[in-house]
Amino acid sequence: MSEIKQKLTVSASPHFRSRQTSRSIMLDVIIALIPSLIASCFIFGVRSFIITLVSVTACVVFEYLSRKVMKRHNTIGDLSAIVTGMLLAFNVPASMPIWMVIIGDFFAIVIAKQFFGGIGQNFVNPALVGRIALMLSFPSVIGKFPEPLARSVTITSATPLASLKTGEIPDVNLLGMFLGVRGGCLGEVCIAALLLGFIYLLYRRVISWHIPVTYIGAVAVIMLIAGKGDIQFAVYEIMAGGLVLGAVYMATDYTTSPISQRGKIIYALGCAVITSLIRIFGNLPEGVSFSIIIMNILVPHIEHISTPKPFGTPKKTKEAKS
Amino acid sequence: MRGVLKPVKKGRGGIDIAHFKNTAEMPVVRIPTPPFVTIAMSQNIGAPCTPTVAVGDKVLVGDKIGDSDKYVSAPIYASVSGTVKEIKDVRLASGAVSKAVVIESDGEDTEADFTPPKVTDTESFIKAVRESGLVGLGGAGFPAHVKLNLPQNAKIDTLIINAAECEPFITVDYRECLEHGDDILAGVDAVAKYLNIESVIIAVENNKPKAINVLKDIADRDNDSGDKVKIMTLKSRYPQGAEKMIIQSATGRRIPPGKLPSDVGCVVMNVASIAFVGRYLKTGKPLVSRSMTVDGSAIKEPKNVRVPVGTMMDYIIDFCGGFEGTPEKIVCGGPMMGMALSGTNYPTLKGNNALLAFTKTEKGALAVKKETDCIRCGKCHEACPLGLVPTNIARFAKAKDVDKLLHSGTMVCMECGSCAYSCPAGKPLVQHMRLAKSIVREAGAK
Repeated sequence: MSEIKQKLTVSASPHFRSRQTSRSIMLDVIIALIPSLIASCFIFGVRSFIITLVSVTACVVFEYLSRKVMKRHNTIGDLSAIVTGMLLAFNVPASMPIWMVIIGDFFAIVIAKQFFGGIGQNFVNPALVGRIALMLSFPSVIGKFPEPLARSVTITSATPLASLKTGEIPDVNLLGMFLGVRGGCLGEVCIAALLLGFIYLLYRRVISWHIPVTYIGAVAVIMLIAGKGDIQFAVYEIMAGGLVLGAVYMATDYTTSPISQRGKIIYALGCAVITSLIRIFGNLPEGVSFSIIIMNILVPHIEHISTPKPFGTPKKTKEAKS
Repeated sequence: MRGVLKPVKKGRGGIDIAHFKNTAEMPVVRIPTPPFVTIAMSQNIGAPCTPTVAVGDKVLVGDKIGDSDKYVSAPIYASVSGTVKEIKDVRLASGAVSKAVVIESDGEDTEADFTPPKVTDTESFIKAVRESGLVGLGGAGFPAHVKLNLPQNAKIDTLIINAAECEPFITVDYRECLEHGDDILAGVDAVAKYLNIESVIIAVENNKPKAINVLKDIADRDNDSGDKVKIMTLKSRYPQGAEKMIIQSATGRRIPPGKLPSDVGCVVMNVASIAFVGRYLKTGKPLVSRSMTVDGSAIKEPKNVRVPVGTMMDYIIDFCGGFEGTPEKIVCGGPMMGMALSGTNYPTLKGNNALLAFTKTEKGALAVKKETDCIRCGKCHEACPLGLVPTNIARFAKAKDVDKLLHSGTMVCMECGSCAYSCPAGKPLVQHMRLAKSIVREAGAK
């Protein structure tokens, strides 16, 4: 009857756990990125897929090897290296030489992530470190993009963002922008696919709306002011460049963004301001990568001022201060 | 519905967890009297009792067998009639060792003569509650008379009856509402009268429409004393029934760190406790039995049972058909805050509201989750109803940083388990919180 032959598990409460695991979260991000990858293959050809595949493989190999060399437990099973590999690939042009992508992966995984202790310990987004390393090392390569829907690889540097920089409205119409028929990094162009992934991540409760909506919304407002109320200009600004990719998939990286809602909003506002300043006043056409990295570094300070007080902590009144 | 309140203030955090109220429609059945009961002298938070009987004594149901002269304590009564067989040290489910009185049942369940207590004012009421042996039946097991003996200067305006029952699986409070509505009403009237409380709010989660109807009926019947008793429906979300949460929902007030409900003008009582008060004032029969939900994937016939205090847990499981499959984890209490047992050879206490047994494949949740590295996702903070950041507290505890632990509200934590439930890295965050608290306490003691 109620005799127990085997040993029971005895552990601290709670005895129920949600089904979500670090691995399932990373898998959800991968799933969310797949529509963009497919769209990119349509727009820039099979090279998009090859670059992504190489980048993912390189990241996983680097993760495995660096853990091995540092004599730490193997973490490739959490799938986070795959996410980093995909995101880095999404942040380079489809025309990027393969060996350069691998250098970017090295910076992302080994230097930005594993040197600081691996998953959960890096203070800046690994994929963005990889991208910035490539930007600084090979500026002429990363600044040139293949033409969308071209039969052969033709290189152009005329992106919508570059046109906006010179104060012109790009020659791609808004629907084209939304669907991604334009020059740009391979994963950033198709806004429709990125938003599809965003909805999936919200539905799966992987990320909350706070960072993406605040980031994109604030950029829109600033650009509206900068463009003296030109709505068309502002809409082009939010769809051009890597803003949507950055806001939805890079700025929301758990490890390098604040934990509290208030912190998330402050952080996203900071990202938006820096992005806009670089776009309007800077030398570079794009400022998403640098703005997110700068805000990543400020996260501990944002946490310091934004973490809510524990339940029931009395609010400081004016009388109490005096 | 008239008189049904909505929460004044919505709380933050919490988790959506399946309710598993499988036993909701199962009336409470009295378990056949066990051959013997082992009644621990440590039934509740506070001082243990000293046995007032000797080996060989004949006792009837309701005879006092243990008492203490300490303030935070409640007397203990024989739950079966028979002979005191032994007085010995036993290990309780918590791991603590307590003196216990073992009574061999004569199978008759002969009751002692009960006379309803004479209650005329607050003082005699508190005395009667103490004599009843009542401790909080919701699980915490705090002596009720201590809770009801309010500080002189406290201004209490609201009595909150907690019928939220937000822990999955447990349905005994729900059954109490359906089966003993009159006792609840009597209890509410008595407590409100003798403690001079103007407003009573009975809080139920909205996944229990039948209970809401019954309680609504009670509130309407009580109308001779004005619109005193009101029902409040809570969104069914764990942990709505936690004391701090239910006070916030009912009154919008928040208990400051280290303070008690009476500091914000509230008294919170579990619905089964209040029903017992009502019954006791009518009959004078002290607390000798309680209802428990026996459920979980490893239990053959889940049931709601009424068990004499001190019944051994294996006897209860046998009554519910024994195990089905291989039990992986046996829990005394709810799955979120209950205690995992190393076996079933433990006596039940007054405060035990459930006995659950799970197989490894318990549906809807992972009973055992692999621990991986923290990814700083913030889901623990998102889930914390008290706005803490458990992952940070765990880190400070590791560093034994007492200042930071205090500053981040470690002592506010009520160990509801929402953080650990949500953690994708499978961190035992409640365990970390307990460690953090003990570090703070130790530092304070120095």
